[in-house]
Amino acid sequence: MTGLCGLALLSFVRRPKLRSFATILAAALILWGSLAGAGHFAALLMQESPPTARASLGPAFWTLAVAILAIADAMQRGNFVIPARVCIGAAFCAGFFLMAAAGDFDDLSLAKEFSNNRGIFVTELLRHLGLVCAATFFALLIGVPLTMLVLRKTAVAGFVFASLGILQTIPSIALFGVLIAPMSKLSEQLPFLRDLGINGTGPAPAIIALTLYSLLPLVRGFYTGLSEVAREVKDAATAIGFGARQMFIEVELPLAMPALLSGLRVVTIQAIGLASVAALIGAGGLGTFIFQGIGQYALDLVLVGALPVILLALLANFFFEMLLGLARRKL
Amino acid sequence: MRTDRRSLIAAMIRLARRPGLWLMVLLIAVIFLMPAAGPLMRWLFPGVPRPVYTRASFFELTLAHAELVAISSLAAAVIGIGFGIFVTRESGREFAPMAGAIAATGQTFPPVAVLALTIPVLGYGAAPAIAALCLYAIFPIIAATITGIESVPAPTRDAAMGMGFAPRDILWRIELPLAFPFILAGLRNAVIINIGTAAIGSAAGALSLGSPIIEGLSASNPAYVLEGAVIVALLAVAADRCFAWLEDLSRHGGLEQPG
Repeated sequence: MTGLCGLALLSFVRRPKLRSFATILAAALILWGSLAGAGHFAALLMQESPPTARASLGPAFWTLAVAILAIADAMQRGNFVIPARVCIGAAFCAGFFLMAAAGDFDDLSLAKEFSNNRGIFVTELLRHLGLVCAATFFALLIGVPLTMLVLRKTAVAGFVFASLGILQTIPSIALFGVLIAPMSKLSEQLPFLRDLGINGTGPAPAIIALTLYSLLPLVRGFYTGLSEVAREVKDAATAIGFGARQMFIEVELPLAMPALLSGLRVVTIQAIGLASVAALIGAGGLGTFIFQGIGQYALDLVLVGALPVILLALLANFFFEMLLGLARRKL
Repeated sequence: MRTDRRSLIAAMIRLARRPGLWLMVLLIAVIFLMPAAGPLMRWLFPGVPRPVYTRASFFELTLAHAELVAISSLAAAVIGIGFGIFVTRESGREFAPMAGAIAATGQTFPPVAVLALTIPVLGYGAAPAIAALCLYAIFPIIAATITGIESVPAPTRDAAMGMGFAPRDILWRIELPLAFPFILAGLRNAVIINIGTAAIGSAAGALSLGSPIIEGLSASNPAYVLEGAVIVALLAVAADRCFAWLEDLSRHGGLEQPG
């Protein structure tokens, strides 16, 4: 509480750079203080309770979200350079891991749930990433030729975008559900597909659905990127003797890079979120913990799935933001 | 008289060209014909003992689903548009960068994860689903409201001020009408995502079109899954087309009256 008041008082400090720095420090104190406090009180509670009791994080847990928000806001206002941001982020992670290593959280049920599932957690995390990577790969495989087609024949562009748009509006759970029937029929008819492990449920339909969802943002990003390269620039490049290939590599690609990266960013973040729904059709991934937790009234298990999904999405966002910054600076 | 009739016919033809209308008709037909789909489902999935979901009628499920989406989107629209207006006023300008950052970060949160985070706080049932949907829908609406109001050209605002418009009149008669297409686009985005997330909300005990899907998945009954999935998909696509129609109307209709 005192930390929060301090945070409010800090807004009166005049110099902006100093203010944002102080805000970060104060928010960090709240963050670490409340985490340590939670661990400490959980330990105290557990000394007096039977070993099967659990200490969950209460709604006060959301204070942490406020602290994190304050840090992010301060960073935005302080206008720190990217290396400084990375350092601050790294310092937070380091502090968190140090506390975890010291055993501060051992008595929190979230940590217990996590350590109970540590082995599965890593496999599910890898499966989640595998689903995302596979979907992005196939989306690129289909999306790049599709973009070329749309760029060459403007007549098909409307049709392609309209059908991809309709596909995009279909809710993920519905698309997964609709795919089950034809996929299981297909694997019944064609035994070699079944030998490959392609079935009505499992990773195969999940990857198909994720790929379909990835196509629209991908093709739209690539299309706007490449079609907005100015006519004059291309004419100038032709005039100084650039061939078609050299033009693409040295002129069009670098100029379109920011739009290409934004398309890829949307694809990746969307796939990270949708892959957690794929757990419903048995494709695995972090969603397994979410839906298992919901089914078994084990709410800490839900968090074991949900928090890493959010962190993954934020990390992907940050990564692409940096790449975008680099691509823009190169121009 | 004749021209009246001709314009009426022309209007009806224009209406009939709207895919949103036909999708709505199809949606309603599917909802009411689904109970009769037993033979079809039996043919598709021969091994399934009970081919049609009967725990609740599909009409009931669709209504519950629409209710979840409508309540949460309405609340999100009030909060989101209000907040968007606040940060574009003189008194709230201090918070504008933060609002932009929150809206951008919030949209990277997967909707399922937001739903999962509200369950430990609010428990099971419709409440966490509505809260999660509302929370998630706020972000695109804030972003759209800010973009919309900021897209109003400064000369337009200056002209209005020169004509003696009070700040309140500028907001209601200039900024909001001009920002309306943007806000509508944000709302469309939010509603479509919410239709999908509401279906997943039935995993947490909220009654929706996701109920047959979730039950079918856990009881290995692909017929239930297909029935729920088809109606949810139709609902989402129909809602999207209706919003597209509204967006057309707001662009070509009489809503833009600068000055």
